[in-house]
Amino acid sequence: MTSPILNISIFAIFVVITLAIVIRVSRRASSGAKDFYTAGAAFSGAQNGIAISGDYLSAASFLGIAGAIALYGYDGFLYSIGFLVAWLVALLLVAELLRNTGKYTMGDVLAFRMRQRPVRAAAATSTLAVSFFYLLAQMAGAGGLVALLLDIKSKTGQSIVIAVVGVLMITYVLIGGMRGTTWVQIIKAVLLIVGAGVMTLWVLALFGFSLSALMGDAVNQAGSLGEKLLSPGAQYGKNGTTRLDFISLGLALVLGTAGLPHILMRFYTVPSAKEARKSVTWAIWLIGIFYLFTLVLGYGAGALVGPDAIKKAPGAANSAAPLLAYELGGTVLLGLIAAVAFATILAVVAGLTITASASFAHDIYVNVIKHGQVQDEKGTEVKVARRTAVVIGIVAILGGILANGQNIAFLVALAFAVAASANLPTILYSLFWRRFTTRGALWSIYGGLAITLVLIIFSPVVSGKPVDAATGKSPSMLQGVDFHWFPLDNPGLVSIPLSFLLGYLGTVLSKDKADPAKYAEMEVRSLTGAGAEKAVVH
Amino acid sequence: MSTTEHPSEETTEPDWSTVQASPEFQALRGRLRRFVFPLTAAFLVWYLLYVVLASYAPGFMGLKIGGNITVGLVFGLLQFVSTFAITTWYVRWADKRFDPHATAIREEIEK
Repeated sequence: MTSPILNISIFAIFVVITLAIVIRVSRRASSGAKDFYTAGAAFSGAQNGIAISGDYLSAASFLGIAGAIALYGYDGFLYSIGFLVAWLVALLLVAELLRNTGKYTMGDVLAFRMRQRPVRAAAATSTLAVSFFYLLAQMAGAGGLVALLLDIKSKTGQSIVIAVVGVLMITYVLIGGMRGTTWVQIIKAVLLIVGAGVMTLWVLALFGFSLSALMGDAVNQAGSLGEKLLSPGAQYGKNGTTRLDFISLGLALVLGTAGLPHILMRFYTVPSAKEARKSVTWAIWLIGIFYLFTLVLGYGAGALVGPDAIKKAPGAANSAAPLLAYELGGTVLLGLIAAVAFATILAVVAGLTITASASFAHDIYVNVIKHGQVQDEKGTEVKVARRTAVVIGIVAILGGILANGQNIAFLVALAFAVAASANLPTILYSLFWRRFTTRGALWSIYGGLAITLVLIIFSPVVSGKPVDAATGKSPSMLQGVDFHWFPLDNPGLVSIPLSFLLGYLGTVLSKDKADPAKYAEMEVRSLTGAGAEKAVVH
Repeated sequence: MSTTEHPSEETTEPDWSTVQASPEFQALRGRLRRFVFPLTAAFLVWYLLYVVLASYAPGFMGLKIGGNITVGLVFGLLQFVSTFAITTWYVRWADKRFDPHATAIREEIEK
């Protein structure tokens, strides 16, 4: 049913157009670090808001949520609500204050009133960890997508495509820096939201614009699950542990977003806190509307394609949205949606790469290794950032090839759990708690990171889930071993409160007191915008 | 430190501690905290209520209130509505009630 040549051609057109734009906008760029990391802070709030939604609506959002709704009904919807409400944390507590106090990275804010080297090293460690897990999820997703859309079933073929995605991403980042990456994200966001919108209207039109009729048909197609599609519990309602697991996931989702370094970095691309506020407003509306679309698309796929056909397709749940596109508009619409899905992966990985390389170059190289003594005119910092981007790209390609076939949602949930545990408590304490100290920051970052990783390694996600009779395999990552002792898939319920506690304990147990002068500067600057980084006018 | 790209930036640092201690700044700080902290608590409680109900009261969430529309669906859509409403409310508040005061203090510092 798929037409690989058509799919590849549409995607190739996207790549050519975006590359042309990236090359065009990069001509205006100066070679400085500010331009490479934040595009000179010259994007408008609206542009940045669209780019944020392009950065945030990953393949997991689009393919994963639509697929989860198609197969599990209501439970898939729960993800999108967590992902959306999370933005209020960013809007009310983080975005503007971060924009006013920082320059390029999360580390700028966390280290503002602390001892620079240890805190920056910690901030960079957690930035790299979150970005790595998120990157791996996207690259692994590319493999599954390829299987479905280009009809490439051999692992070698899929690996080649993952490598192509990686090389393209490195190219965008090297040529375009943050400016080019932002434009790729803007174009992709528009394509994705318009594409999903058209499909949503199409599905609704088929059911006389009645959501009730659409859901009725989905229930009729669902077989044994039936009416369960309409209420929560199909996936998480099995027993006490899965219920607790769901609360844990809900907590990680709502508190993770405002700690994702690649989202935080986007707030530096606008000239002022007011524009950062506008960015988040745009992002909330676009992301919210998009998730409403996925609700219709998910039930639409359930009703029009049917869960059996979805489960049998090569990408399983992830194939629900593409299969729906084929059902509605044949190979052409499938090709378009496939290209949009690829564009999604490309734009998100480019954003992650630039964030990770900025954090390495700015926090580790300049501030930890060189003690902040780097002359910007020579462009050493950007040179390091570019080399880091290449290294990260190669790691992502290799990691993506190894992780091909792994559960994408798990990897994304891992990234959110680390962000919510290691980053968010530290950010909030830094911004709002006068007494917070270097030791508090180190304990909450490293402690949060370590607790999250340990709990995940010893969770059923990695080992010990019972073998599924239908597939003959355990849903855990490792087969045939069982060393789990932590009962939940998602560690958030334990790791987030513990990280807050560690930040508190580290602070009250510090021998050094917090520096009141630095806190005065940080508080005044964060609230008033005095002395904030300005936009570069070209 | 990397050299600055803004030659116009002042060379003398403002006295941040004095500004922080000023009644105008303390009022601004109180204004922000009194608005965002309760609102954050409110939407987190509202969201957690939803998550807990979805987890522990699927029967209630599955009640049909018209056609195939369930309590859970309406509850979920209300989370969207409340998120959009809080966003709009906050932006209006910040534009009208926060920015003018913040700008006044900033101009005082930067003049």
